[in-house]
Amino acid sequence: MRVLLPLPVLLPLAAAAVSILVGRSRRWQRIVSISTLTAVVGLAVAILVEVDRDGIVATQAGDWGAPLGITLVADRFSAVMLVVASVVLLAVVIYAVGQPGAERNHVGFQSVYLVLAAGVAAAFLTGDLFNLFVAIEMMLTASYVLITLGGRLDQVRAGMTYVVISLVASILFLAALAFTYSATGTVNLADLSGRIAELPDGVQGGLAGLFLVVFGIKAGLFPLYFWLPDSYPTAPSPVTAIFAGLLTKVGVYAIIRTQTLLFPGVLPTWLVMAVAGATMVVGVLGAIAQDDVKRLLSFHIISHIGYMLMGLGLATVAGLAGAVFYTVHHILVKTTLFLTGGLIEHHGGSSRLSRLGDMVRGAPLLAVLFLVPALSLAGIPPMSGFVAKLSLVDAAAEERQWAMVVVSVAVSLLTLFALMKIWMGAFWAPVTEGEDGRPPAPDARGGPRSRWGGPALMVVPTVVLALGTVVLGVLSGPLYDLSTRAATDLVDPEPYVTAVLGDGPTDLADDDGDAGGGGPAQDGPVGGGGPAQDGPAGGGG
Amino acid sequence: MNVLMAATAASLFALGTYLLLQRKLSRIIIGLGLLGHGANVLFVNAGRRGRAPLIGASDPSTFADPMPQALVLTAIVISFGTTALLLALAYRSWMLTDDDEVADDVEDRAVARAGFADRELDDEAALAADLEATTAGTAEDLEGPGLGGDGDPTLAGTPDTLPTEDPR
Repeated sequence: MRVLLPLPVLLPLAAAAVSILVGRSRRWQRIVSISTLTAVVGLAVAILVEVDRDGIVATQAGDWGAPLGITLVADRFSAVMLVVASVVLLAVVIYAVGQPGAERNHVGFQSVYLVLAAGVAAAFLTGDLFNLFVAIEMMLTASYVLITLGGRLDQVRAGMTYVVISLVASILFLAALAFTYSATGTVNLADLSGRIAELPDGVQGGLAGLFLVVFGIKAGLFPLYFWLPDSYPTAPSPVTAIFAGLLTKVGVYAIIRTQTLLFPGVLPTWLVMAVAGATMVVGVLGAIAQDDVKRLLSFHIISHIGYMLMGLGLATVAGLAGAVFYTVHHILVKTTLFLTGGLIEHHGGSSRLSRLGDMVRGAPLLAVLFLVPALSLAGIPPMSGFVAKLSLVDAAAEERQWAMVVVSVAVSLLTLFALMKIWMGAFWAPVTEGEDGRPPAPDARGGPRSRWGGPALMVVPTVVLALGTVVLGVLSGPLYDLSTRAATDLVDPEPYVTAVLGDGPTDLADDDGDAGGGGPAQDGPVGGGGPAQDGPAGGGG
Repeated sequence: MNVLMAATAASLFALGTYLLLQRKLSRIIIGLGLLGHGANVLFVNAGRRGRAPLIGASDPSTFADPMPQALVLTAIVISFGTTALLLALAYRSWMLTDDDEVADDVEDRAVARAGFADRELDDEAALAADLEATTAGTAEDLEGPGLGGDGDPTLAGTPDTLPTEDPR
């Protein structure tokens, strides 16, 4: 069903426009965005079922030939990511509607949120490096607005760091695109897949490294993570939850997509492994030092990005399957943890551990809601985290990467330690007095304290997502099989290229482009083959 | 000509990076603008040069490559939007603080201070212990032979205490 492919992008964009039109009525805005995101979940599931049964689906917007037009592709990896992303987006928007103060005061919240949803979907579905840039920009621009929506001083300060770092990454991305285009004459991923392999080793390595840095900034890899724990916690909790769950994972998706499709085996394994290991260790150590619940969890995101990179670094089917499974699991679990963090803040009146305490008496449900994803993140058996970690560690052991096995298991233990810090501090420790001598306000935002820990609209989505991680753990067999199939697609790019460019070789597709009338200029640098190609590349170097 | 364009892009990147490292937000925004221009110049030069691409008007092999130009146009529009947003943020920051300087992360400093405070407490305890030891020493010395002599045990004592503090 090729018609389905553009819809997860187009629907939220159209809904964003409608949402502005009905801006006077909050109720209509909510109806529009919740119904749209529900529809996107349905679409995503339909795409996943379709892709898993029949293989990769590709479509060309406006019917322009493959290397020139706007290509949308869904393979198993992107379809899985799309499903879990849309589920999380839906759950978080319901939570945001339920939370007092998060979106009620802003006309623009729902429409900007829908643009973010469209950007995330576009990033997963695009088959074109430049449109990946556009999709990521769409998503990031929406996130700039969401993170500074309150206009408070700390939000402006943190938002500034976030915007400037993201823009620098985007400019680097653009420069990397320029280099890629001048070396190959195309930005279509499937087309690039063949062309890049023909380039000299040095050019390949340079491009691969540049793309790793660009997406590494977005994903929060080891030396490039510094902006993340600084900026995420200042936003309202639903916004932080969606950032933590999705934005960094889009970076991870882009890393996995580009490194497997465009640069297989170009970056040395030791480099990827070293970055992955350092990311894990630094992230978890940073988390342990924090006192604020949201900051602690933000540092934690970084640590777990390392696991996904480790799966990529192994470059085997088992490793990539582990990375895919881990990413899906992490999106769910991290979002749940941040939503629970928001509930803790709502119920306890603060997100600082030194001011919280004894919440197990007031809100026992919150304790359970925190414990389930926390144990899952640490990798305790019945949850999805156990399967995810086990598959990665197993894959690493198969490749005899013993150092990584040790590091990842040790980091799991430290994860447990860091999360127990929240567990003990917020739920079991006696209430500490505030700095001004009186105990912290029970519920800073007023209203009666509920034993459920918050309004039903906030609690229910969190419960559903928390159950999700348990279900993923119990039913991990089918999902792991799906991840393995997705990883098989990633290791062998041949079907992807064929699905996008058609059955014939690349040259044939080019000829089609010529016939279409848009192609002649393209033909110059491209059809000229080796010698013409080497000229500009050599001159540039 | 190509060298000229490359040099233009390079100097735009250099200037942009320099401005980006300043503390004033207004300079950072100008720096980001220059960096963006650098990337755009780089991208436009990625394509083949030639005549305006109009089908039927001239020989296709003399066309300029229209692809990078179209892509750069998109990139310019995006950077236009983000620059506007940044300027709004800078204005907001100026309204709130009368300054557009980018402040340090308060929370980071709090965590650093917590560690520092621990260390200071340790140091104070160590110092107190040392003082006790040295004053005890001086008291004994004072009771002892002479004041003037090779005395100055406080001075003699200090170098001994330093190495014990150093490892921390």
